[in-house]
Amino acid sequence: MDCQLDIFFLEAILNGVLLAGLLALLALGLNLVFGVIDVVWICYAELVMIGMYAIFYAYTGGVPFPLAALLGILAVAATGALLHWVVIRPVLDQPPINQLLVTGGVLFFLQAVATMAFGIEFRSLGIRLGSTGFADMTFAWSRILAFVVALAGMLALWIFLSRTFLGTAIRAIAQDRQIMPLMGVDASRIYLVTSAVGGGLAGLGAVLMVLQYDIYPQIGLQFGPLIFMICVLGGLGSMAGGFVAAFLISQFIAVGGSCMATEWGYAVAFLFFMVAIFIRPQGLFGVRG
Amino acid sequence: MSRVALRPTRGIPPLAWSALGAAALLAVPILIRYGAPGSERYYLHILIQILIWSFIYTGWSLMGRFGLTSLGHGAFTGIGAYTTVLLWNVAGLSPWLGIPVGIGLATAAALLVAYPCFSLRITGHYFALMTLALTEFVRLCIVGWRDYTGGSLGTQPQRAPGGVSITALQFEPDRVLSYYIALALWALGLWMWLRVDRSMDRYALDAASQDEEAAASVGVDVTREKLKITGLSAAMCALGGAVYGQYQMYIGPDTIAGLGVSLNIVFGTIAGGLSVLLGPTVGAVFTQLLSEVLRVAVQGSGLTAQLGSAALALDTAIYGALLIFFIIYMPKGILGTILEARRRRRAGAP
Amino acid sequence: MLELSGISAGYAGAQTLFDLSMRVEAGEAVAVIGANGAGKTTLLRVISGMLPARSGSMTMDGVSLRDSPPHRIVETGIAHVPESRRLFPRLSVESNLKMGAFIPAARARFRERLDYVYGLFPRLKERRSQLAGTMSGGEQQMCAIGRALMSGPKLVLLDEPSMGLAPVVVQQVFDLVRRIRQEGYTVLIVEQNVRQVLKVADRGYLIEVGRIRAGGTAAELLASDAVRDAYMGI
Repeated sequence: MDCQLDIFFLEAILNGVLLAGLLALLALGLNLVFGVIDVVWICYAELVMIGMYAIFYAYTGGVPFPLAALLGILAVAATGALLHWVVIRPVLDQPPINQLLVTGGVLFFLQAVATMAFGIEFRSLGIRLGSTGFADMTFAWSRILAFVVALAGMLALWIFLSRTFLGTAIRAIAQDRQIMPLMGVDASRIYLVTSAVGGGLAGLGAVLMVLQYDIYPQIGLQFGPLIFMICVLGGLGSMAGGFVAAFLISQFIAVGGSCMATEWGYAVAFLFFMVAIFIRPQGLFGVRG
Repeated sequence: MSRVALRPTRGIPPLAWSALGAAALLAVPILIRYGAPGSERYYLHILIQILIWSFIYTGWSLMGRFGLTSLGHGAFTGIGAYTTVLLWNVAGLSPWLGIPVGIGLATAAALLVAYPCFSLRITGHYFALMTLALTEFVRLCIVGWRDYTGGSLGTQPQRAPGGVSITALQFEPDRVLSYYIALALWALGLWMWLRVDRSMDRYALDAASQDEEAAASVGVDVTREKLKITGLSAAMCALGGAVYGQYQMYIGPDTIAGLGVSLNIVFGTIAGGLSVLLGPTVGAVFTQLLSEVLRVAVQGSGLTAQLGSAALALDTAIYGALLIFFIIYMPKGILGTILEARRRRRAGAP
Repeated sequence: MLELSGISAGYAGAQTLFDLSMRVEAGEAVAVIGANGAGKTTLLRVISGMLPARSGSMTMDGVSLRDSPPHRIVETGIAHVPESRRLFPRLSVESNLKMGAFIPAARARFRERLDYVYGLFPRLKERRSQLAGTMSGGEQQMCAIGRALMSGPKLVLLDEPSMGLAPVVVQQVFDLVRRIRQEGYTVLIVEQNVRQVLKVADRGYLIEVGRIRAGGTAAELLASDAVRDAYMGI
């Protein structure tokens, strides 16, 4: 173990903050779907993986990056809607745990299909944004960009949810789904829109991740459990909670990872998570019962 | 009180059938020796795997059937396997002692996580995700402790000289012996299931899974009952994981610890049938045979030439698609659905 | 305006409405009274499509309601204020009203409808950004009625608006009902508070165990033995 309170420690903390933006964005999509449809997409990280491949193939196929990014977001949004229509909708009346498990089947399926279609090699876009320095610390532009875009994405979602009729309906349905027909709302349509928006957020996450990380079919297993943990820690369905939890968890990973091997940073984060839930079972901002 | 109804146990075969089945299973190695002399080791290998996983699935189903959906059992099999192998490799401690230590550790981990969960009434999604966190924690510890565990590449128990060894509990070279050990393990699992099914605890848990407050109001110590079944279930999975490691002579985070293993356990059990005695076994037969058949089919076809090793993922893709299909159209699993159809036909016949 | 004939309906295993026929004319206030469990709430749920009828016919201005999916029935001009209000508790008052104007026709005139409802119930305007769940029971009922008016309905269904409220507040709620009558809405109201509701309504039906037992003007019902014996108490 090698940990000192020096400038690199500060660098680790600031990198943790940058990571938190991305994790908060990813957690937000999952939280939105859970809050509205009451289903946990265990395969959420695999949707991100699909988005990363979509962007990779569009970009290496000659599409300019901004357009490739947009295509990626749309592709994952469509995948999210498809996931809801084909897989979730038939099990909405089954016990909640079956809904969770059915998306586990999707996890296996997407991973395997990605392996067959894209191979097991690590792939990289090859875009180098470089880095900037400040008082002996260096920060990758890709991370700074990810942080800023993630915040902008969250702001856009907030505006959508609070200003538009559709967004208000999405918030309302999470509170009382039985009376939605009395408002003239077709709940199944709202579910579909929510799934597409949740998928779109995963797609935006994919855009930001593809600039920082290599792509391979199993990448979802690396950060998927982390996203669930952030959602539960924040209180499943609570978007503000997910935001705060993302900042806490990413500090464990960034600081822990800079002092010890990467795995130990993650391991400590999971340990912290379990202890925190025993202290506050409903999550930081959760409402239960 | 009136809302709590005991779900009847179904799917326990009559004694005559059980005896016949047991005799057939005991005779299997002889049948294979004369029936398929060239591929004796291969067929036994598949059967051994089915039996070991059946035992693990049965262990999971003990708590799964009462609505306690744990994604933490990949941690318990991992703790069982790794403790046994590490104690043998590093400290030279025989698996005869290492396995009990592994079981103890897994049970302790299970109770440590489960106790707060149950007393705080963390259920459903939350319980599944809490136990998922435990699985990840254990996997990360295994990977992080790579000097001893070999990290993500896994490790092997050091071979005792002379192949089969009683002190080292290494029996893999003798497939027939391995088969009988796996068969005994499987039978132990069924016996455990029946004991739980006929105990008072089962009535308490059945009531608690339907209405916790009603069960508590008639004097059931819900937390205690859940902890008992969780401890037992974790212990069985740790034992299964340890035996699996001893038989395979290899353990890795992907094969015996982690979220993938947890999901496989849950899915295998659900595919077979969650609350019937032989459901987990049917699930293991189904999943193991499916992946084996698909593997052989993929390798035999021209796909490997075209896609390379990526074609191996085809079996997982089909597996995933089938799981989705099962949960949507057959939530009671293969055996559960068959038994129910049979019962309906009987009840329908005037 | 609204016409039901031969309607039967129920929940799994139990039928609650039997061959029920009734009508509501434009501009009327019609009360449905009866004991707990007589089928009053079921009746409203059938009209607004929350519970599909098993048989019979149901028309609004001559158009059959039985062919419409539940979320389309609002568009025919029927707004349902459900039992125990059912506001979205963690949404602001204004967001609740916004949900009332979700259907396309109302959405286009959202500002106008909002000003109208705020003009009718100025209290809601004061509380516009407060979370609906934190208001008093009477204010919540006001918000629920306001939400129903947002869709620009012709017929308002009120399910036990006075239930669970303090006696003083009950008076205020019936004042609200009078107020929306004056605004020209047709009202179909279900109540256990027989004496009060028959003061507001023009006509009424008495339901017992899912069947219409008596019907007539409010005065006739108040004088009838069936109503006096069973519901007025002495």
